[in-house]
Amino acid sequence: MSSSLLDKRLVFVTGKGGVGRTTVAAALGLAAARRGKRAIVCEVAQQERVSRALGGVGVGFEETELAPGLWAISVDPQRAMEEYLRDRIGSRRLSELVLENRLFQYLTAATPGMRELLTMGKVWELAQLERRTPEAAPYDIVIVDAPATGHGLGIMRTPRTFRDVARVGPIRRQADIIHSFVTGPKTGVLCVARPEEMPVNETLQFRRALEADMGIALDAVAVNALYPERFSAAEAARIESLDGRGSVAARTALEAALGEHARARTQRSQLRRLRRETDDVPVLTLPFLFTPSVGLTEWGRLAAELERSL
Amino acid sequence: MSALAAALEGREVVVCAGPGGVGKTTSAAAIGLAMAARGRRVAVLTIDPARRLADSLGLEEIGGEERRVDPERLSAAGVEASGELWAAMLDAKRTWDELIERHAPDERTRDAVLGNRIYKELSSAVAGSQEYMAMEKLHELHAEGRYDLLVLDTPPTRNALDFLDAPERLSRFIDSRSLRLFLRGNRGSLKLLGRSSQALFAVLRRITGVDLLEDMAEFFHSFGGMSEGFERRAREVNALLADGARTTFVVVASPAEEAVDEAIFFRRRLRESGLPFGAAVVNRVHSAPGAMADPGLQGELVELVGENLARRVVRNDGDWRALAERDRLGLERLAAELEGELLVRVPDLDDDVHDLDGLVRVNEHLFASETTSRRRARLA
Ligand SMILES: Nc1ncnc2c1ncn2[C@@H]1O[C@H](COP(=O)(O)OP(=O)(O)OP(=O)(O)O)[C@@H](O)[C@H]1O
Ligand SMILES: Nc1ncnc2c1ncn2[C@@H]1O[C@H](COP(=O)(O)OP(=O)(O)OP(=O)(O)O)[C@@H](O)[C@H]1O
Ligand SMILES: [Mg+2]
Ligand SMILES: [Mg+2]
Repeated sequence: MSSSLLDKRLVFVTGKGGVGRTTVAAALGLAAARRGKRAIVCEVAQQERVSRALGGVGVGFEETELAPGLWAISVDPQRAMEEYLRDRIGSRRLSELVLENRLFQYLTAATPGMRELLTMGKVWELAQLERRTPEAAPYDIVIVDAPATGHGLGIMRTPRTFRDVARVGPIRRQADIIHSFVTGPKTGVLCVARPEEMPVNETLQFRRALEADMGIALDAVAVNALYPERFSAAEAARIESLDGRGSVAARTALEAALGEHARARTQRSQLRRLRRETDDVPVLTLPFLFTPSVGLTEWGRLAAELERSL
Repeated sequence: MSALAAALEGREVVVCAGPGGVGKTTSAAAIGLAMAARGRRVAVLTIDPARRLADSLGLEEIGGEERRVDPERLSAAGVEASGELWAAMLDAKRTWDELIERHAPDERTRDAVLGNRIYKELSSAVAGSQEYMAMEKLHELHAEGRYDLLVLDTPPTRNALDFLDAPERLSRFIDSRSLRLFLRGNRGSLKLLGRSSQALFAVLRRITGVDLLEDMAEFFHSFGGMSEGFERRAREVNALLADGARTTFVVVASPAEEAVDEAIFFRRRLRESGLPFGAAVVNRVHSAPGAMADPGLQGELVELVGENLARRVVRNDGDWRALAERDRLGLERLAAELEGELLVRVPDLDDDVHDLDGLVRVNEHLFASETTSRRRARLA
């Protein structure tokens, strides 16, 4: 299963907002790099979280190596368009003329979905062995830190929309190539979830929508931030039976233990529900980290977990 | 009255915005519920293509049409609402269609747009077209005046606030003079352009293909007669959002480092855009009494539960204290940015919030009266 995820050329990491898409995308990138692959994590939401956490400054639209074998880029639709035009027109001067044209600017700014199309075009380009970008080296794997589920699916669908909008001509051909690649065997989709009611529901919905809309199967689910199971049911019962004995500090600590036990149990039942309802989709888990912040060190820990289950 | 209720008092629009997964939808639904309980007729509108709002309100179906949350369900959750609670999920395609139907100057224009192939494809694509339509729907519901309060839940993107510019972008485009020129009498239109533009379009045609360019021209041309309507609406909705007497923004965040960064970013963005800020809600806060563990704890626990279990209890205690400490620092940082503006804390509830009962529990904190929240703050 997911060993095949690292063998893909292009992986979309999506999931409900805030579940850890960026974290998992970065960890997956590290895991790939550790296996000797040349990997790039591609942010599309202008946050530049990955690069800022690793390098202190945002990388912007430049492909930048942040750790051995791990590259990052933040896709800017405007820059992607400039690159595309230059490549198609073949002349920098002419393409600049087009870009400076106000009508052209309005047209691209107002067309719904244009930003998403340009982003998908760049993501596709990064995943090609023959790079369009002059002097750019190919990657073994491109990991996209995609928008949250609803919009994540929207962005993946954009090339098809534009393929259908343009009945003939170069845009249609290009959009069709991208769509075929995204729905083809070299592309994988990983959905990140938290073991909670709503994120699990959203994961199940996403999987159905992915199949119905794009005709592709979800490759794996990563359940992130799973609490450890530190206490057995018998131990919890024993703590409960103390019934308020002990100092304030002891009672607080014991209550915290019961609290975690309850949370861990609720999470496990959500995890079971997810596993049950996703049939044969591989579900991997990542631990909850009690660290003050999640950065390179923590991604490294999660990458190790991923490597173990991949 | 609680501080948050005071901040929302008399408002007609509340926009919940913030980073991903922090509780925007939960907060929007909870605010809707609380205001309905206070006698107002409320509609909660979510832009998110996912079904979360419906799930948390216990609605089977949710779509472009507002649905009322059954008052019996509310009573079952212990809420005696003297007002009404409605919810809708933005249906971008449908909102486009209604917009065209309403504003087309004549039937021919209407049919030309609705029948345009490009229109059909683009209006039903989720990506991109949402932003325009969220503002449109808000405008429509507000203008109809069926509700006292509209609560808008926004999707989890850093660009969530971009939708504020969307109507203006669209109307500016439709109104652009060069576009008019380009579009005048569609098919032959390219001939009317100046020589340099003609050369330019020859280049463009090479990239896009002749058909696409002409199809696009026809598509935007068909909007021609509607530009005034678009512009007026863009102006009205922007004025509504900027009017602090009618609208307020609630920035939702979690106390985690990245979420606080984002919340600060949102707060500044509102300030720069001249939009009214009502409150920051920091959701899912962990707290622990005192940052330091008691040094005698280990020994006492060993006596109470034995060596093996005590070790894990102590370890667990330390982990949750660390989390509480992280949250305290996050809150402090946000509070410093807010300089005395309202900041409401909601604890991380041990059963995750996904139904009406959960919303009721959230509201005990969101709308805690000031004395209780001060007492809580003292305790913490
Ligand atoms: N395993 C984990 N344990 C503890 N905290 C985590 C874990 N994974 C992620 N987080 C924290 O959860 C928050 C959200 O993570 P992240 O930014 O990766 O999610 P996202 O899905 O990319 O969010 P967004 O929707 O904002 O883009 C961050 O504060 C992050 O530090
Ligand atoms: N105070 C709370 N205690 C415990 N769980 C909570 C609390 N508030 C929200 N949740 C849970 O946190 C998750 C995120 O909440 P919600 O969906 O409202 O966030 P959101 O900001 O709308 O997310 P998105 O960015 O994906 O739209 C949900 O699973 C919800 O059940
Ligand atoms: Mg992210
Ligand atoms: Mg939401």
